[in-house]
Amino acid sequence: MTEITSSLPPLSERPGALGWMRRNLFSTWGNSLLTLLSAAFLVWAIGGLLAWMFSAAEWGVVLVNMRLIMVGQFPVALVWRIWVAMYFLAFLIGNTVGLRMEKTTRKGLSVGLLFSPLVFALFSFSIEARLAIAGLSLIALAGWWLGSRWPKAFRRPVLIGWIIYFPIFMLLVRGTSGKGSPMEIVGSNLWGGLLLTFMLTVVGIVFSFPLGIFLALGRRSQLPVVRWFSVGYIELVRGVPLITILFMAQLMLPLFLPQGVTIDRVIRAMVGITLFSAAYLAENVRGGLQAIPKGQFEAAHALGLSGFQSMFYIILPQALRLVIPILVGQFIALFKDTSLVAIVGLFDLLGIAKTVLAQPEFLGLQREVYAFISLIYWVLSYAMSYFSQRLEVALGVGER
Amino acid sequence: MSQSEEPIIKCVNVNKWYGNFHALKDVSMEVRKGEVIVIFGPSGSGKSTFIRCINRLEEHQKGDIIVDGIELSHDVRNIEKVRMETGMVFQQFNLFPHLTVMQNVTLAPIQVRKWDKAKAEEVAKQLLHRVGIPEQAHKFPGQLSGGQQQRVAIARALAMQPKIMLFDEPTSALDPEMIKEVLDVMIELAKSGMTMLVVTHEMGFARAVANRMFFFDKGQIVESGTPQDIFKAPREDRTKLFLSQILSH
Repeated sequence: MTEITSSLPPLSERPGALGWMRRNLFSTWGNSLLTLLSAAFLVWAIGGLLAWMFSAAEWGVVLVNMRLIMVGQFPVALVWRIWVAMYFLAFLIGNTVGLRMEKTTRKGLSVGLLFSPLVFALFSFSIEARLAIAGLSLIALAGWWLGSRWPKAFRRPVLIGWIIYFPIFMLLVRGTSGKGSPMEIVGSNLWGGLLLTFMLTVVGIVFSFPLGIFLALGRRSQLPVVRWFSVGYIELVRGVPLITILFMAQLMLPLFLPQGVTIDRVIRAMVGITLFSAAYLAENVRGGLQAIPKGQFEAAHALGLSGFQSMFYIILPQALRLVIPILVGQFIALFKDTSLVAIVGLFDLLGIAKTVLAQPEFLGLQREVYAFISLIYWVLSYAMSYFSQRLEVALGVGER
Repeated sequence: MSQSEEPIIKCVNVNKWYGNFHALKDVSMEVRKGEVIVIFGPSGSGKSTFIRCINRLEEHQKGDIIVDGIELSHDVRNIEKVRMETGMVFQQFNLFPHLTVMQNVTLAPIQVRKWDKAKAEEVAKQLLHRVGIPEQAHKFPGQLSGGQQQRVAIARALAMQPKIMLFDEPTSALDPEMIKEVLDVMIELAKSGMTMLVVTHEMGFARAVANRMFFFDKGQIVESGTPQDIFKAPREDRTKLFLSQILSH
């Protein structure tokens, strides 16, 4: 520093925590007062919660019933299949984070997320369970290291991995062969807890997505029959609450089926959720389709692309990109709406919570159990939201 | 330029209505292979509607349009054939914003002409070189200037190796300093023997390369002739008035 003018800036403009506080919290005496009042309110409001969390709450009920909350009645001897599915997922996530490393702005945060399972390993589970949980982090880190070391080599495999993940997950959960073998079929009546919630959500998303796109295109079709069918379907389903559809599927459908024909209860719930979600998705996608300028259709047609080609290569990719935030919002809503199946007697996360609380030894522990499943819902919803933000950045939404 | 055989575009008494509005009134025109036609006239005169009828972006309701021996009717196959033979450049460029420049140019050849990717990219590289932006192939349209975007749009249309190029006010949406770079490409294209129909008010372009000019007003062809005829001795008063308006400043 040779000039006098380059001395330190005034305190309020200096970087760092103190400068920030001075700028944002204590800039005027009015702001200072507001800051102090808000702080007092927060201590009063959150203090009680924290005190309950760390002293009064009996978290034992959650730890004892952890397996039930996670996988329901899934046979203990076969739970390793779910671990395999989780390890595969951990690897894919780690690998994807590694691949995108040079484009990630907050590298520390992304890698730090891979360590999050270790936090759970601190809880007082059995030693095997702790090792299994720690394994998640280990495998995620291995995937991350491979991905960031050889990004080119892993780009295609990891994409294929994500695409085949859903069928593989279904196979691992459901099984393929008869009794006694390691891949023994586990009936859906044994799925429960987070596993069931997850299954309902994933199936709902994977199947309602294409169905919704078809309905959206159908509603804009020039063929009257297709258009009226789509409009009729969308308006009919949107006019009915999800819980009604679930009741119909669980209670009324059996009355209409011939004697001896039964459809699995979980499948009925999945179909109900999928059909319901598709109607909303169709309208969201239609909004995206309508936002595409007419010139894009004209340019595509002028080049000789057929109607299908124009839609597939030009219109849909742009329309779907536009509606990513809306679609993710809808998928988060769907994830939380699956808890309605508890009302029709399935043991999803909420249903399991209710059964746990019905046991005499856990009476009166509602707060602990519901707080825990709320946390699970929040973590997964936030993960979806975060993923959608990353996806928007990756696809360059809003910067063309 | 051979100007002997069958016209490549033949329009006979073409009529079009938008509701009650009579947009095109008995428009007839014949264009021979290799000709450069400039269409001009006041806004709302039907000139854009007319060239958009030639590749069926607009549907005419009466009269015949025959392009390269194919009659435009409701037959979808005919429409697709005509569109393969005609390239179009729009006022608003209409590039595909989610695709790179290279993908914009190669999409139609790969999907419609069924070329393999390597061939399509080879052709695309040559075309981007021809329109003067070989180094932008991997950018997205949003990263280019208006003039560059319009030149990509020209390359995209040329990639289908069309026999006819339609230009719908290609320089109207451009900043003045970018008009020249687009016109230069169009002049080069005209001199290479491409059949071109150009809706434009760039009279310098018309003077330089047009074989014939058509003045549209109120959905009709008011006057046509060579650039010399039109500029030196316009017969109709409406043509004189319009020319004096656009050439006065």
